[in-house]
Amino acid sequence: MDEKNILEIRGLKSYFFTENGTVPAVDGVDIDVPKGKIIGLVGESGCGKSMTVRSIMGLLKYPGRIVDGSICFDGTELCGLRENELRKICGKDISMIFQEPMTSLNPVIKVGKQVKEALLAHDRSITHEEADRRVVEMFEKVGIPEARKRFDSYPHQLSGGLRQRVMIAMAMICRPKLLIADEPTTALDVTIEAQILRLMKDLRDETDMSVLLITHNLGVVAELCDYVYVMYAGKIVEQAETYELFDHTAHPYTKGLLDSIPRIGSNKDRLHTIPGVVPNLLYLPKGCAFCNRCEYADGICHEQADELREISPGHWVRCRKPIYGGEVSR
Amino acid sequence: MNGPELNAAAEPEIILRAEHLYKNYDIGRKDRQVHAVSDVSLSIYKGETLALVGESGCGKSTLGRTLIHMLPASSGSVFYHDMDIAAMSEKEFRPYRRKMQMIFQDPYASLDPRMTVRDIIAEPLETYRICESREETTKRVLMLMDAVGIPGEFLNRYPHQFSGGQRQRIGIARAIALRPELIICDEPVSALDVSVQSQVLNLLKDIQQAFELTYLFIGHDLSVINFVADRVCVMFLGCICEVAKKDALYKKPLHPYSEFLLDAIPIADPHRRNRKRKVITGEIPSPVDLPKGCCFCTRCPYATDKCRNERPELKDMGDGRQVACHYPLT
Repeated sequence: MDEKNILEIRGLKSYFFTENGTVPAVDGVDIDVPKGKIIGLVGESGCGKSMTVRSIMGLLKYPGRIVDGSICFDGTELCGLRENELRKICGKDISMIFQEPMTSLNPVIKVGKQVKEALLAHDRSITHEEADRRVVEMFEKVGIPEARKRFDSYPHQLSGGLRQRVMIAMAMICRPKLLIADEPTTALDVTIEAQILRLMKDLRDETDMSVLLITHNLGVVAELCDYVYVMYAGKIVEQAETYELFDHTAHPYTKGLLDSIPRIGSNKDRLHTIPGVVPNLLYLPKGCAFCNRCEYADGICHEQADELREISPGHWVRCRKPIYGGEVSR
Repeated sequence: MNGPELNAAAEPEIILRAEHLYKNYDIGRKDRQVHAVSDVSLSIYKGETLALVGESGCGKSTLGRTLIHMLPASSGSVFYHDMDIAAMSEKEFRPYRRKMQMIFQDPYASLDPRMTVRDIIAEPLETYRICESREETTKRVLMLMDAVGIPGEFLNRYPHQFSGGQRQRIGIARAIALRPELIICDEPVSALDVSVQSQVLNLLKDIQQAFELTYLFIGHDLSVINFVADRVCVMFLGCICEVAKKDALYKKPLHPYSEFLLDAIPIADPHRRNRKRKVITGEIPSPVDLPKGCCFCTRCPYATDKCRNERPELKDMGDGRQVACHYPLT
């Protein structure tokens, strides 16, 4: 494991064994999260991005399980770890923010107590008074107004933005080394989204934790991430530093996504579209998973899947005919 | 853009006009109500796309529904070609309903899972007895399916056999079946992935031209609005803040809230991540106790005593632009 990485995923395969067949939701994924960086994992619904992070946290449910690969966190191999050992790490050193703050909080327990629970579960030596103080402190840090009063609120008394701040406070209270945020702003309004994104950035700068940010919004990626992985049909199709990815987009899928976004300031009469829909993982095409939707695809693309290759330092792409980086010799 | 030329000598035809429209919801206590829409006056011109933007809870969906008689207005009038439809009974309104249709946000919830595509699209035709025979109805349905890009052989399929984007197309076919004049699009692409979203947005534009439709497009994503709208109406807490032509608004917002909304959008270009942007603090206040003065005064950094005590009227700023602010930005 590289010293500067807090998390290294190698060849991760998480499959779902359903009645209709095996669904390769995560199919050989490599991800590095360096210390103190914000890493983006981007893709459309069903591409396997949420399943990747669920695999890290040991949250895959039946009929899904990790079939192969390694997840190395800070020198500890998480794959195959017993549940009680995994629990010592997850929630403390790795914590997670979910998309829907309402369904992730317990509606009948005061939010302060819920956050305190996370702290007490991982640190038995701490007193209740001390824990209360730390929770209020954390509430203030994540920008909850009247933190002391909010300690005794129930989730339904808080707005969506405040609930998400409570979730962030809960995730941050044990001072994690890695924060996994699964679509943290998707359910929020745009002005609240801007507040939460700024908060996550500030917290990263202050505590030097690493963030793995799952999103479908390329705007959020461009605002926040240092390095980006683009996922399609269970595989990483392109990875690069954020500036490189936006400036020298190589994979036709990434390009298609970027072109599909309506942009302010452009007066185009029509939007670019990617034809077709995300393929069913049960019936993937024989060759490249994107070949049926790709305007550049030719014979070999339909026949044989490609490997990730490096087209410039740190910029990898899984495509025979990348838009940037020239035609790769076969 | 096929919107009307507002500068043209001839006044563009107004198809729907709201005057001092209010909509309150009772919340089980005599003395308290939710003021979802308060004192809204608004005109929709024939052939244009008017976008209604605001954060969740600002009353934009309620306004859309009140305008087309899906919800009874608490007070005020809605004129459709000089007839006050807000005052009509359900029965009196029936002949006008076919002129105003709706496309809903959630393509999973808005189609009956036990009806086939044919029956879903045929239902409005049958309700209004448009066609003589069943065969003729089916022929119409096939035509509509063709117009929205659903292959005719899927006629007898059920909604669960389609993807989200295709379902939204079915919803669009149902909405245009009666050849309405006005369609309320209530966040029609919010539930869709980026690549599918662009397909549906293009379709909405094509359909608008082909069927000479007027859209009231409700949304929260200002980059989507930028693509579809001719004019934009910004709402906050049930009140209109600003109405302007799209280009004028995006170039120079006059209401402080419009400015914050525009600044909050994440931009998919990492080179602009360090741009100067104003981030608004606080959240949308409760619509139960409206502030006495300007509805935005509790969040507005420029608010004065006058703002807190006196509600600003929607003032005409010329060139079809209206702003409700005592101190519009210059």
